[in-house]
Amino acid sequence: MSTAAALPWKDRKRYLWIISAVLPALPLLSLALWSMTRNDLSLWLTLLVVYGVIPVLDLVLGEDRSNPPEEAVPALEADPWYRWLVYAAVPLVYLTVIVGTVFAMTAELGLLGYLGLALSVGWIGGAGINIGHELGHKKGLFDRTMARLSLAASGYGHFQIEHVRGHHRDVATPEDSASSRLGESYYRFITREIPGGFSRAWRLESERLARQGKGPWTPGNEILQPALVTVLLYGGLTLWLGWQALPFLLLQAAFAYTLLSAANYVEHYGLLRDKVGEGRYERPQPRHSWNSNHIVSNLVLYQLERHSDHHAHPTRSYQALRHFEDAPQLPTGYFGMFLVALFPPLWRRVMDPRVLAHARGDLSRINIDPASADRYQNGHRPVAA
Amino acid sequence: MTRWRCPECGYRYDEIAGDLHEGFAPGMKLCGLPTDWTCPDCGIIPAREFVPDADGRNPEADKR
Repeated sequence: MSTAAALPWKDRKRYLWIISAVLPALPLLSLALWSMTRNDLSLWLTLLVVYGVIPVLDLVLGEDRSNPPEEAVPALEADPWYRWLVYAAVPLVYLTVIVGTVFAMTAELGLLGYLGLALSVGWIGGAGINIGHELGHKKGLFDRTMARLSLAASGYGHFQIEHVRGHHRDVATPEDSASSRLGESYYRFITREIPGGFSRAWRLESERLARQGKGPWTPGNEILQPALVTVLLYGGLTLWLGWQALPFLLLQAAFAYTLLSAANYVEHYGLLRDKVGEGRYERPQPRHSWNSNHIVSNLVLYQLERHSDHHAHPTRSYQALRHFEDAPQLPTGYFGMFLVALFPPLWRRVMDPRVLAHARGDLSRINIDPASADRYQNGHRPVAA
Repeated sequence: MTRWRCPECGYRYDEIAGDLHEGFAPGMKLCGLPTDWTCPDCGIIPAREFVPDADGRNPEADKR
């Protein structure tokens, strides 16, 4: 074994990250299948993969808790291969949105096929938000521009500001609209998170522009810039294909929004940072995000699920994120947890005992939904831990 | 001391240059930044937790 330890460390996942980069093309594969079979069910391929195949593979193949050795991290971070795998996914997101919309308008699809295609394209819009998330944490102008382009495909360009300057600052506190609270269902969370994200982003950007001596309605507004890209994309497709393209585009974008909400919902449920002074919280630690080391779903999401390290060290690249023993662990990967979140009683049964165990039963150390506080404070334990 | 660094991600704030994108004019002291302002790159470190930049001795600043 000592000889093995002497060998330089090699990233076994180096080429597996291609999976994250090609995911946005999955609906194109289903369109090819449809062209061959004319069977509308083939347009549900993407949904079958993300809600069927990947959750099952996560359960079967399980976790990988290994970390890159710290001495290998600088080279891993500097390796352009990993960056290019993220850039390459951005045009695929656009291709899927454009080809998907053209198909929905020109092919003879039944309602089943139309719906399957809209949800599939919406999933890729959600993947585009994940791509924009990875790039939006980087410092270079090119990365940040690519991030906004990727977000604009689903009309979520405000996310960059909302996420880096808002969510990361406020994570795991009652003030954060993008941190879900104990007792809060996924559906109620959506209605708080989506408008909360828009308003926080607008406020932060308005404050920045005001410091420059400008009002919010200026070309320098970094929310309006990607919004203009969305208007050009959706408007162009609508002018080209007819007004019927617009409901399709809005449907897939709305679905993409709910997918981002699903990710935010599972990432910090019930977790709370300690106050260290008047209106101040401790710095985000790995224990303030739910983590998942599940192999397959991480390979599809640029390791987004190693979320504990991400919030503790937000500018660390996906390929270098680590597992921490003291981070709370999700029972399975995001895709399986998204399904669980669709059924609030099941979600509470799975997650509430984990939240209570993580807080050692101390309700003052849990981010509790005020509307559900009574249920927990009256000694009611949803399910014995 | 005029140059400061985010201890998490290495973002640098130079009081002489300010940060025009963030709307901080040249000469703006670190202690004058808004209390709810955090590092623009990582988002998690408030200005009061910035550390002196290790190689932050700005020769131009020393001349003034």
